Amino acid sequence: MNEKMVPIKQAFEGKRAFIAFVTAGDPSIERTEEYILRMVRAGADLIEIGIPFSDPTAEGPVIQEANIRALRGGVTVSKIFEMVGRVRPKVDVPLVFMTYLNPVYHYGYGAFFARCHEVGVSGIILPDLPFEEKGPVAEAAAVHGVDVVSLIAPTSKERIGMIAAGAQGFVYLVSSMGVTGVRRSIQTDVREMVDTVKRYTDVPVAVGFGIHTPEQAAQISAYADGVIVGSAIVKLIAEHGADAGDEVEAYVRGMKGAITCKSV
Amino acid sequence: MGQKTYGGGEFERSNLAGQGIPAQSRGRYGAHGGQYIPETLMNEVIRLEEAYTFYKNDPAFQEELGKLFREYAGRPSLLYFAQKMTNDLGGAKVYLKREDLNHTGSHKINNVLGQTLLAKKMGKTRIIAETGAGQHGVAAATAAALMDMECEIFMGKEDTDRQVLNVYRMELLGARVHPVTSGTATLKDAVNETMREWAGRVEDTAYVLGSVMGPHPFPMMVRDFQSVIGREAKSQILEIEGKLPAAVLACVGGGSNAMGMFHEFVPHEEVALIGCEAAGRGVDTFETAATIAVGKPGIFHGMHSYFCQDGEGQIAPVYSISAGLDYPGIGPEHAWLHDTGRATYVPVTDEEAVRAFEYLARTEGIISAIESAHAVAHAMEIVPGMSPDDSVIICLSGRGDKDVAAIARYRGRDIHE
Repeated sequence: MNEKMVPIKQAFEGKRAFIAFVTAGDPSIERTEEYILRMVRAGADLIEIGIPFSDPTAEGPVIQEANIRALRGGVTVSKIFEMVGRVRPKVDVPLVFMTYLNPVYHYGYGAFFARCHEVGVSGIILPDLPFEEKGPVAEAAAVHGVDVVSLIAPTSKERIGMIAAGAQGFVYLVSSMGVTGVRRSIQTDVREMVDTVKRYTDVPVAVGFGIHTPEQAAQISAYADGVIVGSAIVKLIAEHGADAGDEVEAYVRGMKGAITCKSV
Repeated sequence: MGQKTYGGGEFERSNLAGQGIPAQSRGRYGAHGGQYIPETLMNEVIRLEEAYTFYKNDPAFQEELGKLFREYAGRPSLLYFAQKMTNDLGGAKVYLKREDLNHTGSHKINNVLGQTLLAKKMGKTRIIAETGAGQHGVAAATAAALMDMECEIFMGKEDTDRQVLNVYRMELLGARVHPVTSGTATLKDAVNETMREWAGRVEDTAYVLGSVMGPHPFPMMVRDFQSVIGREAKSQILEIEGKLPAAVLACVGGGSNAMGMFHEFVPHEEVALIGCEAAGRGVDTFETAATIAVGKPGIFHGMHSYFCQDGEGQIAPVYSISAGLDYPGIGPEHAWLHDTGRATYVPVTDEEAVRAFEYLARTEGIISAIESAHAVAHAMEIVPGMSPDDSVIICLSGRGDKDVAAIARYRGRDIHE
C-alpha cells in the first residue's frame, strides 16, 4: 500500500469519528485546500471531498448549489487530484471522495482509482451505485487499494445483511429518507439500524444525512462509530465564500467536541 | 444465476444475497440499462418489478387495462393512409399511426394507464411524474383523476413557461405542478427533482416515469405498455397491404413512442427501424439534443446509455424547439439497438421539423406535435427514393395544439397563449 494512503479504519481507532464534507472547488480549489487543512486542525477525523456533478440527484439544495458554484468556477477532476496531492502530505487523516458515477466512468475506472492511489485517496462514496451494480467499480478500486463505501438506507431492511457483509472502509448509514440536507429532527430509528448493521460486520458505522447540531452529533455518537456532516458545512461556505475558514473551523471544533466526550 | 433473454431486459432474480457477490445488474440491454440509483430506492424498484412481473401475467389486470385502452383512451388508434402525402412525395406509401387521436392527445396515455393501474394494485395512493412538453404530465394527471390518486408533477421552469396551457390543464385535472428551477430547468432537471421527491416518500407514492429510461424495470415496463402501438400497427398494415412495411419511423427523446412502435418489428429484420432525434440548431452546434449523434456512453438517471456530456462527464445542457425531445439521454434499449445496428438514429433539425409540421398541416390537414414532426421530416427525405410497392409507417405520437404558438413565434409571428 502507498504510505500516503491512510487506512479509513484509522479514523475510528479509539474514538468516535467526526467526518466532514466539502465540495471541491467551492468557491475555489485553493479555498477547498485551506478548508480541508482547517477542518483537520479542528479535529475532523476523516474528510469527504465532493467531486461536483452537474446533476446530483441525491443532494438537497445546499449541496446542489455548491456543485453548480464549483463547476462554474471551472474545477475539473484533474485539478481536484492535484489539490489532493498537495494537501495529502499536510494532514494525517484518511481522505475519501464523494461523487456520482458518471465523472468516474468517464475518467475510466482503472485510471481514476490508479490516480486515487497516487495522490492518497483511501475510499469513494457513490450514492448512485447500489450493491447490485458495484462489481466492476469495486474490482477496479480493489486493484489500487481504494475502498468503495456502502450506503445503507432506512428502506434497506432485508438488504442490510447482504450490503453489510461486503462493506469496506466504513458503512455510510443514511439516517433519513430523501436527499442530503439539514433536518429539524431525524425520525428514523437510527439506533436500531446501527445495531442491525453491526450484527453483520465489524466495519465501523457512520451516520449521515440531516445532522447539523452538536446535540444531534452527541446523541448519535452514543451508539454509532461516526457522524457525517455535509450540508451544514457547505452552507457556511455558501454564506461566507472565500472567507469561510474561521466559521468552518469553529463549527467543526464544536461538533467534534460534542462527540469526543463519548469516546470509546 | 441471471438468465438473460434478449430485449426483455429480463433476468431471473438471482439469489446471491449474503455471499458478498453482487448479483450483477438487472435489466441489461447489452452494455446498457441497469439500476444506478440510491440505495434508498432499491427495495422500491425491486418491489415494482415483482408487482409488474405478477400483473403482466395476470389476465384480470390485462383485461382491465385493455378495457381502459379501448373505452377510455380510444384504442386501437387509426392507421391512416396518407394518400396526398404519398402522391406528393412519389415513392413508398405513407401510413400514419395516429397516436395523436388518443385521449389526452398523445401516446403517453398508454403508459400512464398501465403504470397508474399497477400503482393502484400495489396500494399506492399518490403518483408523481416528470414532464417535458407537458404531454406526460397531462396524461399522468388524467390517469390520477380517473383512478382517484393524488398527483404531483415536476416540470422545468423553462417548460412551464413554454407550455402554460398544459400547466393549467394539469391543474384542472387536480394535479399540483411544481416548476423546477435547478440546473437547466428543463426535462432532465424535472427527472432529477422527481427522483429526489420519490427518495423522500416511497411508502404511498409511485413514480410514473414517462419514457423508456431510468432504472430497470422502467425501460422494460414502459416499452411493454407502449408496445400496443407496434402490435396494432403490424396487424393493421398486414390487413391493408398484406405485407410488412419497409420502414417504421418515430421521434426519439427518451424514446417511448419509438420503442413502442419498434418492439413488435424488431424480430422482422426486413423492417428498417428509424429513430429521429432532435438536432436542434444542428449536430455541429452546442444547441442540440441528438444523443446518438453527439453523445457518449455514460451512467445517469439510473441507467447506462448514451448521454450528451462534456469532457469531464458532466451532463451537457441540450436544446431543441421541442420540449418533449429536449433530453440529454436516450433509453437503454435504443442504445443497444444502435450498437447492434438493428435500428438507425438520424438527427433532424428544428427547421426541418417545423417545415414538416407545416407540410403535414397543409397536405393532410393534420397538426402534429412538433416532436412527431421530426419523424415526418425524415420520412419526407427517404420516401421519394423508395419503391411504390413498399410502405412506411410514421408514428404520429401526439397532436400539435400545444405547439401552435411556439411555431408561430419561430416564424416571427408573436402569438402568446
